[in-house]
Amino acid sequence: MELDNLYQEVILDHYKRPQHKKLSASFDAQVHHINPSCGDEITLNVTLQGDRVENVSWDGVGCSISQASVSILSDLLIGKTLTQAQEISDAFMALMQSKGTEKGDENLLEDAVALAGVSQYPARIKCALLGWMAFKDASVQALSKK
Amino acid sequence: MPFNAIEVAKDFPILSRTIRDGKRLVYLDSGATSQKPEVVIEAESNFYRLHNAAVHRGAHQLAEEATDAYEGARAIAANFINADVDEVIFTKGATESLNLVAYAMGNAVAGNRFHLTTGDNIVVTEMEHHANLIPWQQLAARTGATLTWLSVTPEGRLDLSNLNQVISEKTKVVALTHQSNVLGTINPLDEINKRAHDVGAVVVLDACQSAPHMPIDVKTLGVDFLTFSGHKAVGPTGVGIFWGRAELLAELPPFLTGGSMIENVTMTTATWAQAPKKFEAGVPNMAQAVGLGAALSYLTKIGMKNIHDHENKLTSILLNKLAEIKNLKVVGPTTTQMRGAAVSFTLGEIHPHDLGQYLDNQGIAVRTGHHCAWPLTRKLGVPATTRASLYLYNTEADIDDLIKGIVGAEKYFG
Repeated sequence: MELDNLYQEVILDHYKRPQHKKLSASFDAQVHHINPSCGDEITLNVTLQGDRVENVSWDGVGCSISQASVSILSDLLIGKTLTQAQEISDAFMALMQSKGTEKGDENLLEDAVALAGVSQYPARIKCALLGWMAFKDASVQALSKK
Repeated sequence: MPFNAIEVAKDFPILSRTIRDGKRLVYLDSGATSQKPEVVIEAESNFYRLHNAAVHRGAHQLAEEATDAYEGARAIAANFINADVDEVIFTKGATESLNLVAYAMGNAVAGNRFHLTTGDNIVVTEMEHHANLIPWQQLAARTGATLTWLSVTPEGRLDLSNLNQVISEKTKVVALTHQSNVLGTINPLDEINKRAHDVGAVVVLDACQSAPHMPIDVKTLGVDFLTFSGHKAVGPTGVGIFWGRAELLAELPPFLTGGSMIENVTMTTATWAQAPKKFEAGVPNMAQAVGLGAALSYLTKIGMKNIHDHENKLTSILLNKLAEIKNLKVVGPTTTQMRGAAVSFTLGEIHPHDLGQYLDNQGIAVRTGHHCAWPLTRKLGVPATTRASLYLYNTEADIDDLIKGIVGAEKYFG
């Protein structure tokens, strides 16, 4: 069934057992992002340690794709340098725009390659990107405070 | 001839195509936009093929034919809602109509009955589509008028217990929907009209979800302005109907100004043509208006009562079958009493987007999200719902497929 390309086990696992889904008490920046066409919402905290992402935590409501994506993002980016985070984000963005032609670099994107199938469903790409846009916004804000 | 949805569906070419690798299309998103019968597609394209010219201008045969076709469509639309023909204005859709009336009121100077200022009040309801909320928010912001609203009960009905407080002596306009696009609720107009008129306010009705689905008679409905979009009534996109009482259209200032809408123009001044021209600046969406004429003729020929009865019967079947699904909760009235054929629901913890995606994979088209009525879905504590909305071409088989799809999705995501 083609639907299984979209809803990989990894995605459903992250959806049912989301990682880092508890807003940290302290943070360098907090952002609230909304997907206005569907009502999905996410609040995301970022804490930096020098040029390293020390912590990402979040809370939100939304579909399995948006929630799994931000859960995967948190796992993936915590501990990375901002440069690495940028490289991963760029690769993820490119994967989402690939219209199903790319599988994604598993060494770089780890669990996030499970979202490759989303790129075949144009209406869902913004779901997958919600958390990544929030992270981008929050990391820029956090950096500007340093 | 008795109404037969299976036969009706054959009039709509798109309904015979397949979806997602050969699956039958089950189209349950008519609340967003309806499909079009062949007669509408033909009428619109034949206008371009045979009659295209700018209406109300030009001294040639094509201009005459185009004008006849366009004005003929106006007469059909007037007949459709039992209005006088000069009370029917073509807009590009209900969103434009509602902005038209709100901006036109904002243009009214002191002394005009539509003039709004600090101390005046605009009333809406909590179940409005954004298109019948934001124009009024903006009008209030521009004029200093206050914006108040009738609340929605947990059952999805308008709370009229404080009607006399919400609609007060200060109220100049009451804008509400005839049928909620989320809840399916049909609002009782008589009580609201009476209170509004007692305080000298006008009533603006968003009939997007009602006019395509039930007989509408503006002479008995009791409202002062009414609008609906053509594309939800088996017509083309880019055209809608805005109706107003003749004496009110005479006093309402124009919104868009320019060609066609004038009586006389000098370098510094202009006076206005009578309605409907006063509200139709520029070359209108002619082919679309002609297509809408064909659409409303098509609906009239089938019979709006037949369509309404058919939808009512299907909605009853749908509500009964949905009630058998344990984790499913209908958001809105659970009987067909004063409700239409837009049925929104939640399914346990399964997000509407995921349910919608699963259904799409079965060939079933539904709407998911907040349905452009965010304040309502927030109030009801359901940020997003799944909506199945029915129309004349839907059948019991469509409902059976939807139910099978929902049960399948529960297994898939469970």
